[in-house]
Amino acid sequence: MKFVQEFRDARLAQNLANKIREITTRPWVIMEICGGQTHSILRNGIDQLLPSEIELVHGPGCPVCVTALETIDKALAIASQEGVIFTSYGDMLRVPGSGRDLFSIRAAGGDVRVVYSPLDALTIARQNPDKEVVFFAIGFETTAPANCMALLQAEAMGLTNFSMLVSHVRVPPAMKAILQSPGNRVKGFLAAGHVCTVMGYWEYVSIAEAYHTPIVVTGFEPLDILQGIYQVITLLEQGAAEVQNAYRRVVTYEGNQLAQQVIQRVFQECDRKWRGIGLIPSSGWCIREEYARFDAEKRFAVDAIQPQEASVCIAGQILQGRYKPPQCPAFGTECTPEHPLGATMVSSEGACAAYYRFSRFNLPK
Amino acid sequence: MNAENLPEFEGPMCPLPLPHSEQILLGHGSGGKLMHDLISQVFMPPLHNPFLAQCDDASVIPILDELSATPSVRLAFSTDSHVVTPLFFPGGDIGKLAVCGTVNDLAMMGATPRYLTAGFILEEGLEVEVLTRVLHSMRQAAEEARVLIVAGDTKVVEKGKADGMYINTAGIGVIEHNLYISGNNAQPGDVILLSGTIGNHGIAVLEARQELGFSSHIQSDIAPLNTLVEALIHGGIRIHAMRDPTRGGLATTLNEIAAQSKVGMLIHEEQIPIQPEVASVCEMLGFDPLYIANEGVMITIVAKDDAPAALEVMRASKYGTQAAIIGEVLETPVERVLMKTAYGSTRVVDTPSGEILPRIC
Amino acid sequence: MCLGTPGKIVEIYERDGIKMGKIDFGGVIREACLAYVPEARLGDYALIHVGFALNLISEEEAQETLELLQQIMEFEDQGDQL
Repeated sequence: MKFVQEFRDARLAQNLANKIREITTRPWVIMEICGGQTHSILRNGIDQLLPSEIELVHGPGCPVCVTALETIDKALAIASQEGVIFTSYGDMLRVPGSGRDLFSIRAAGGDVRVVYSPLDALTIARQNPDKEVVFFAIGFETTAPANCMALLQAEAMGLTNFSMLVSHVRVPPAMKAILQSPGNRVKGFLAAGHVCTVMGYWEYVSIAEAYHTPIVVTGFEPLDILQGIYQVITLLEQGAAEVQNAYRRVVTYEGNQLAQQVIQRVFQECDRKWRGIGLIPSSGWCIREEYARFDAEKRFAVDAIQPQEASVCIAGQILQGRYKPPQCPAFGTECTPEHPLGATMVSSEGACAAYYRFSRFNLPK
Repeated sequence: MNAENLPEFEGPMCPLPLPHSEQILLGHGSGGKLMHDLISQVFMPPLHNPFLAQCDDASVIPILDELSATPSVRLAFSTDSHVVTPLFFPGGDIGKLAVCGTVNDLAMMGATPRYLTAGFILEEGLEVEVLTRVLHSMRQAAEEARVLIVAGDTKVVEKGKADGMYINTAGIGVIEHNLYISGNNAQPGDVILLSGTIGNHGIAVLEARQELGFSSHIQSDIAPLNTLVEALIHGGIRIHAMRDPTRGGLATTLNEIAAQSKVGMLIHEEQIPIQPEVASVCEMLGFDPLYIANEGVMITIVAKDDAPAALEVMRASKYGTQAAIIGEVLETPVERVLMKTAYGSTRVVDTPSGEILPRIC
Repeated sequence: MCLGTPGKIVEIYERDGIKMGKIDFGGVIREACLAYVPEARLGDYALIHVGFALNLISEEEAQETLELLQQIMEFEDQGDQL
């Protein structure tokens, strides 16, 4: 595949890894805030190619993992209702709410369907005019343009049986929250390449300055990730705090302005609770008042259920990079992908799941 | 339905539903005339053989004669149920799947498959033409695999059940060599071979379901592997274990064998054959091809010295042209499968938990 | 959050008032919405996420990046030989 294979070249990767080794003179802690990058790093064993001075910490970059428990419980309540077709991206099906998940709702007879694109949910709505079709619109900024377009199309088509349960989260406030938290060890960031494809990287300049932290926009293929790490280490070694773009083939400073405009039209900023972390002000997007009729939270009066997290789950600490999954007492024992206690073990991008699947074994050298 | 196959109406007839029906009715499962007509007019023509022609409750097969002719012969006996939706997909259908599935289960034990049974659960309203197509496909698959279907059964369930049809097959095979082939027999130092490309079946079925909206030229790889297995055995290859990675894919099967044999395994990512289109679909949807179902490839674990010969034999066989050596069996880590990536790093290959889902992350 | 796959735009049309296209991902075709890349033309490559093109991919930038990496490697190799 073009634009994919070339960025997986093993020789170039080895060379970049060597170069990183050369320029690293002391320990550095770097965080990537993108579940896709976490997945790529662990799946390809990129962390194994780095010198031991570099510690890669996996941030809260998995929208599936950070979707608030209350929201999951609302989703489960809506999906259980008669006459509802609940549509969702695949990753969400296994995420545990307070005791159940969408899979078990489906097993109990609920009409829960996986869609690849939000436009597929619209098609389902058109084909089933007698049903209420709800789309679980989660994601970071990357997925917002798609989710917003679905809403606008629903409006244009005059659909009266379609609504979205929105749980969008934004990266810059999360980054700030991490940098501000006492005990933060993160010195540099790999910014999420596809988030920046939409939003550009102009938002990160003030963060880099205010916290004196270098931020490098990074892609997903092994060469992209190594390139991003190389650039951020270079900046760290220089003591520089800039924003750089290592994913130039798709990302520009301003980003996709048309997409940003559409997002602004449909969504407004709001406070958002991140599962395992807590409330981060202005870190989310919600549907604007004028589109309230497409807001599933307003359409379905689901009572506030008291959400209950498994007490032993330290997903929050892991999402903030404080702990690594193997340090959790429940990791691999009570908590496994088959019976996850927290969202980070469920989503294939969650740090715990990624560790479990790819690295839970100490490899002989 | 072909009108030439129908009996003539002669004389007074009870006003029951006409024996000629375009759809399966509940009555077809009730054991009466309707069912007998279904069997004689729809099931028998494509599957006809002397055993079925007896129309007894069970077929009496001369297997003991075959057994007594050769010393230390063993029997292999297997069953499998097939519930695939849709019934037809690029490269195959439920009928071909049913025959090859059981043929392969027997072949994986080093047995020569000989006789199969086929039990059908049909959904009321199923087009008889669909059933006929499936039966013809089964006959073709059985011919290629050189097996006979000697017993069958049909039941009909109400509309809304059985997804059109479910098929169960059971099979008997004869083991005429002295090799001990089992999932618990993989030994440290053994070499792991894979007979073909992975992911074809699962992706072809996914495409046929039309839920994820992609289109490609990917075909299911359903194939009878008994000829390939015979070639290996006659080639004197010391086979320790064989298995076909169906549901759960290559990763699941390797983990199963590693657990049964209490060994570790190391496979090499770059050596695993995969068709570019299958890889593209997996990229796009976020699937890992190691977990996608296959129906026409097998894992063969052989004594190290026999690996080059095994590879040659496979590549010379119809369904083994893409065969590759993909890894080796280790003493440790016990019950773990590891994979060496193209970058020289090593990662764990785990069993999947539950349904494989497309991801957005 | 970020499963974005590069694909080649092989057909462009309109449906329900928005720009849509058929994308070729290494031999596999899937439909995607092109509303966010109005400048897209046949043969362009786009980054596709959940059935939407988020941006066009710059072949030039991709080339430059790879060339830079290639240069680093050659420099390294030369260094090894010294």
